[in-house]
Amino acid sequence: MHVVRTVVLATGLIWAFAAAAQAFTIQEVKSPGGITAWLVEEKAVPLMAMNFSFRSGTAHDPEGKEGAAEFLTGMMDEGAGDMLSQEFQRKREELSFRMSFSADTDFFEGSFQTLTRNREESVDLLRLAITSPRFDAAPLERVRQQFVLGVKQKEQDPQSIAWRAWMQSVMPDDPYARPGEGTEASMGAMTADDLRAAHRRIFNRDTLQVAVVGDISAAELGPLLDQIFGDLPASAPRAELPPARITAGPKQQVIDRDMPQSVIVFGHEGILRDDPDFMPAFVMSEILGGGGLTSRLASEVREKRGLTYGVGFGLSPMERAGLYAGMLQTRNESAKEALAVIREVLAKMAAEGPTEAELAEAKTYLTGSYALRFSSNAAIARQLLGLQQQDLGIDYVDRRNALVEAVTLDQVKAQAKRLLHPDRFIVTIVGRPEGVE
Amino acid sequence: MTFLKSVLPVVLTLLVAAGPARAIDIDLSTFTLNNGMQVVVIPDRRAPVVTHMVWYKVGAADEPEGKAGIAHFLEHLMFKGTPRYPDGAFSRIIRANGGNENAFTSQDYTAYFQRVMKDRLGLVMELEADRMHNLVLTDENVLPERAVVQEERRERIENEPGGLLAEQLDAALFLTHPYGKPIIGWMSEVAELTREDALDFYARHYEPANAILIVAGDVTPEEVRMLAERHYGPLENRRAVAERRRAVEPTPNAERRVLMRDARASSPSWQRQYLAPAARHLPQREELAMSLLADILGGGNQSRLYQKLTVEKKIAAYAGAWFSADMLDYGTIGVYAAPNGGVALEEVEKGVDAVLAELVANGVTQEELDRSRNSLIAGATYLLDSQESLARVFGVALTTGQTIEDVMNWERDIAQVTLDDVNKAARTAFDARASVTGILQPEAAIQ
Repeated sequence: MHVVRTVVLATGLIWAFAAAAQAFTIQEVKSPGGITAWLVEEKAVPLMAMNFSFRSGTAHDPEGKEGAAEFLTGMMDEGAGDMLSQEFQRKREELSFRMSFSADTDFFEGSFQTLTRNREESVDLLRLAITSPRFDAAPLERVRQQFVLGVKQKEQDPQSIAWRAWMQSVMPDDPYARPGEGTEASMGAMTADDLRAAHRRIFNRDTLQVAVVGDISAAELGPLLDQIFGDLPASAPRAELPPARITAGPKQQVIDRDMPQSVIVFGHEGILRDDPDFMPAFVMSEILGGGGLTSRLASEVREKRGLTYGVGFGLSPMERAGLYAGMLQTRNESAKEALAVIREVLAKMAAEGPTEAELAEAKTYLTGSYALRFSSNAAIARQLLGLQQQDLGIDYVDRRNALVEAVTLDQVKAQAKRLLHPDRFIVTIVGRPEGVE
Repeated sequence: MTFLKSVLPVVLTLLVAAGPARAIDIDLSTFTLNNGMQVVVIPDRRAPVVTHMVWYKVGAADEPEGKAGIAHFLEHLMFKGTPRYPDGAFSRIIRANGGNENAFTSQDYTAYFQRVMKDRLGLVMELEADRMHNLVLTDENVLPERAVVQEERRERIENEPGGLLAEQLDAALFLTHPYGKPIIGWMSEVAELTREDALDFYARHYEPANAILIVAGDVTPEEVRMLAERHYGPLENRRAVAERRRAVEPTPNAERRVLMRDARASSPSWQRQYLAPAARHLPQREELAMSLLADILGGGNQSRLYQKLTVEKKIAAYAGAWFSADMLDYGTIGVYAAPNGGVALEEVEKGVDAVLAELVANGVTQEELDRSRNSLIAGATYLLDSQESLARVFGVALTTGQTIEDVMNWERDIAQVTLDDVNKAARTAFDARASVTGILQPEAAIQ
């Protein structure tokens, strides 16, 4: 009885604070040179966080050059302009700024943080790094050794093996299914020219998106944007890729490895982020396989049966394809049972949808926890860049909880029926599962 | 759980101001409830959010003989329910209130935390206070959870050669102290843990006087005091908190080597750890000298190990060092390296040993010390951006015998570390007899 009472009381309070949750204001800043950024001013800590990205990722690596974008992420602090690697890194340590790059399938992303007192000098090194990285032989060979070691590790890691094989099953001919981190052969053969080409392909003002949070005003940020990004070319040569074709299941594959536990990846086609029904679909997927111990899958597979330490199943919208995928690890003896339970839970959800109470709880969770995503400068910068990448609009933070609230039970049921197809599962298992082929 | 090794070297570089231009103070307050529960409040007004944590001064190193893993197993079972909030209601209520939650267990502490909107602070306190004394366990909820923990062990340790080797190294380093057994427990003992084991451990250690409440976020100390007195204040200590007294390590007399061959390892790797004093057993200045030493030796790509082995001699893809002393009884200082393709592991080990020998013989330079100190202090400023990390710093300090003053005085103390302090640390830190060297080889490489 107490449970119900507490939940209901709490629901009444959410609204009062949903409004207060956006304690910050997002400004759109346009630089004199025409570069746009989203800014949240926050003076409490003398730091500035800047996240930025370009619309080109590992899926745009040319064939045979798999891992070029990834390799580039490792070369961005290995010397720039007239500064050799050692000098650059020494200076960076002296100024204590943080700079890192990452490449996912569709985006190449940079993350930069500086102390206010060193901002000017730090920003100038960032500019140098992104406009004129050097690809000198010695650091290139050193970084190559590190990547090759990493690739070999991934090729032995059961989770990586399972995901890679699953992607191959789902989209056999698409660049999405190629290893974004490269192969031993491709990373072993990568040249400075390949990296220069990747740099030209990725860095440009046209697909640049920027989010800044911290101890800086709009007036200060404008010129800073031009200083950092102004020298990049206006646009970049970029091959447009066609929409990805997704294989229809069912399909099942076992990759034999001598381990006590099976790693199981499962799923099928999902939807894109701009799908008109994305929000009801997302709420449904949260009820079914979201994080924590309370989702239907976690409750049936973990809490009731003790079959796994964790199970998740969620929508994964990429630029040219949407997937709906999940993973769990379970001892080889129970792999068959775990898969059967998952199929059963999905079939039931597809047939009946969630209950009214489950929908209400999911809504209070999703709306109430949204503010938690914005609790540090670094976190806000990540969120704001993500919103830009997904083209959701600068007012999305204000609109988002109302979008969740507006989702109806009928909509969620319709999405469950539309999206869940356990009979068409594509399954990849790494391990020695018993009774599964 | 893996928090210690991965986060502590950074977390050690605590708090503090960003130079004279603009000092940050953490306006921290602390007080103790009548039942002995300590409360720490860390204000952060940037968002209407609070992080609520309860830390118990009990961990895997406090387990009875033969019950390895019970501290961590109990942490899992704490989510099962009480008469007032049965059947997993805890997590459902947190979720329905838009909160996130989790828990973690180390050798020295067990902590539970939630992040919620600030108006929910009273609610999470009510829930957390309720489960401090009223946990109900049945075989129906204990046995499936034991299977979950066994799966967790398979996932984290048994499916990962690196995980298996790490626990063998701890077992070899500690001859009698319980840090030699894994936090998650040996599978043979975990498989036998029972409902009674969990309840015994719970009854012995989960008391207000053995707990610390940490609240970070958009709250005042007055608000926290009022709510804490209401929810935690009425809890009575059912028995006196036992002093934590674990076995004392005998003087180590021989260097140890652990070789693991595993077909699942993709390439060889090398590491060595040395027994070191725990932070509370060292004056903070000496502890910070050790931190600076480890940073100069192997923190990042300007460090000696990286420069010598990776940049100059080109024999290792990675090389580095760590120092971890935020433990109640013993710390470790360690070095690691991964050979480049085609380079023998022995060559890398010789390379590390040469760097260590040079360091011990000739010491570090003032320039190295200044650079390292500067970078550790900057790291502390970045830490201020995360309310949760900040709360963890105080939780770890207070459950490992350190004080709030240790944390607050960190900048003053690190500024006082001299070249002599670091060089003295270098001369004492690397005693081969107090070390264990771990080697991971792909099976195919063994003739």
